[in-house]
Amino acid sequence: MVEKAGTRADAAHPGAAYLAQVKAKRLMNFIMLVVFLALLGAGFHTADSRNAGGFWDGIGNVWDFPSAMFGEAIARAAMMPGYLVKYLPSLIETINIAAASTLLGAVLGLVLSLLVTRGLAPVPLLVGPLRRVLDILRAVPEIVIALVLIFMLGGGPVPAMIAIALHTVGALGKLFSEVNENASLKPVEGLASVGATWTQRMWLGVIPQVAPNYLSYALLRFEINIRASAILGFVGAGGIGYDLRNTMSWGVGKYDEAAAIFILLFLTIVLVDQLSSILRNHLTNGMSSAEVKL
Amino acid sequence: MNTATLQARTITQFSRKKITTMAVPVILLAYFTYIFVSFDMAGLGDRINLDNARTLLSDTYSYKTHVAQDNRDGTIALSIEGERKAQYPDGMTPDWVTLGAVPTVDLGQGHVITLGPQVTYEIPGYGRVTARPDGTGVNAVFPDGDLPDFINASKNRVMIATDAGRLTITRSRAEVFKYDYGWELFFFTLDSPYYGLGAGQLLSRAVTGEVGAIVSGFWNNTMWRHGDVLWALFETLLMAFLGTFGAAIIALPLAFLAARNFTPLGILRFAARRVFDFLRGVDGLIWTIVLSRAFGPGPLTGALAILLTDTGSFGKMFSEALENVDARQIEGVASTGATPLQRYRFGVIPQLTPVLLSQILYYFESNTRSATIIGAITGGGIGLLLTQAIATQKDWEEVTYYIVLIILLVMSMDTLSGWVRRKLIKGDEGGH
Repeated sequence: MVEKAGTRADAAHPGAAYLAQVKAKRLMNFIMLVVFLALLGAGFHTADSRNAGGFWDGIGNVWDFPSAMFGEAIARAAMMPGYLVKYLPSLIETINIAAASTLLGAVLGLVLSLLVTRGLAPVPLLVGPLRRVLDILRAVPEIVIALVLIFMLGGGPVPAMIAIALHTVGALGKLFSEVNENASLKPVEGLASVGATWTQRMWLGVIPQVAPNYLSYALLRFEINIRASAILGFVGAGGIGYDLRNTMSWGVGKYDEAAAIFILLFLTIVLVDQLSSILRNHLTNGMSSAEVKL
Repeated sequence: MNTATLQARTITQFSRKKITTMAVPVILLAYFTYIFVSFDMAGLGDRINLDNARTLLSDTYSYKTHVAQDNRDGTIALSIEGERKAQYPDGMTPDWVTLGAVPTVDLGQGHVITLGPQVTYEIPGYGRVTARPDGTGVNAVFPDGDLPDFINASKNRVMIATDAGRLTITRSRAEVFKYDYGWELFFFTLDSPYYGLGAGQLLSRAVTGEVGAIVSGFWNNTMWRHGDVLWALFETLLMAFLGTFGAAIIALPLAFLAARNFTPLGILRFAARRVFDFLRGVDGLIWTIVLSRAFGPGPLTGALAILLTDTGSFGKMFSEALENVDARQIEGVASTGATPLQRYRFGVIPQLTPVLLSQILYYFESNTRSATIIGAITGGGIGLLLTQAIATQKDWEEVTYYIVLIILLVMSMDTLSGWVRRKLIKGDEGGH
């Protein structure tokens, strides 16, 4: 500071340069923002012009369908509990599809994640190709596999289960392998030194370290998969989505059953979200070293 | 506490742990048994349609050329996959078909079929089948002996399916299918002057000023409709883009309302959170149905459905990020006498930007996939084309083409968003 005191006259100079730099950066950010907003505006314009109905024509009608549906539901409120019971089995099927595919996907994803984690993989040569396989599994939308499988296997819960499970393998495989990378290798080395096989090293050395994170990610997947399973039902794969499609097609005056399904679906999603969020909080706070983002 | 009690306690602890570890696989097994029964997996063997599976698989890597004769007037039509759009123009035939007094179809490996009033099929290793279809029936004559498996014959219909191809004769028609590998007409249709040209020839024509015509021939290919497909792909991407970023813009101010450290008013916070829960809980499927009633099918409906659902998700995530903001930076800015607005601008936003952007990009990538699904439900983008192609139950090569395009799109979005995210984080470490 003492030496700088002599050059205090120049001190304004770097300050000005800094300010100019900041100004240029802000201008750049501002331009980027404008370009981005213009893109967004142009995008909405294009989407609007390629849509069957325009935005401004349709915005007034947005509440027509929900109000018609819930109007009917309220008018026949006495029948609601009966409907809720009637569609409970389909709801359970939807939840079962989600649960079974999450479990299947998590088990396969676990095995694959260990095979693609550098440092743990038994065959390092396979790491690259298997990662590409996971990428592809993740990239294929469930609906594609489901529709193709429905063509071959007929409708029902099995195509949906396989489709969601395959996607889950890809998604969880990647997340699990990221978790594995943070696992300490010391227990693995310790086990290796006493002659444990690869399976034993993974089962006893790695999985106990990362199990809470695995569980947390699997729960998050379960939330996503319930939604996916409802959607796949809508294209013919059974469960509550299928019933929703049927009841919707009955048309005006018979929307009360569709309303019941809407309510069931909404309650299930909210309930599962809340439960899994509580569980995940518990899992992450229970283990201080674990860090779950998302 | 002596050694004995300690040992006893350890043993009970161990056995409890053992039981829990054993219980997990048992419960899993029990659950899957239940699923096996309730999904009727045992009955799957009866429901599976192997013919469909075979058509699907063979269609994805091969195509068939139809040679169809109308037995009443003897006219012969040649087309790819039997489609009117892919009919061979007059005077143009593939080299294995000779039209003339006796039209001949050479399926290769000695399999020769002649058409005309009398249809004959020379099958190597079996013999010659002849048929004279007329108003009374097919009148087929087979070599002596029992009919082999590959021939299916009745009075009015004869079907011969060999490795080389398939011949179907009815009273009114005689039709030959020849199977070949590849996706025929992928680049140019038969009526295009560029059909059947190699890459070298095309290049030399392109150099001499036919680029526009070549590109338009490809773009307007009536069989594969590359132009429409790319438009649909763009629509899908557009849905994801508008939905994700639109949601982010709407969710950001609302997230401040829902964050504990920015909204002291409990009732406001509660309301904002319930709005987010509602938007997320209603789910994309229901939003899509409701919105498509108002706006009709198309990319805007899909974009708005994504926007509504993700406003809920972003609102929740952003408000959580806001609650984790470091207060010291805000205090520091405040100590210089900054106004509340400046405190937000310089104390909060710089901390948030990298976190929020990386979450938004992650959603953008995953929404590309959702947009395909929403498109399939509401009717827009590549999802619509895909469901249409699957619904026809025969254009499996197109289904494969769309699937490949979707995978490429999602994977490139994945790569792109990963690259931007890494760049953001790195840029952040470099200092402001």
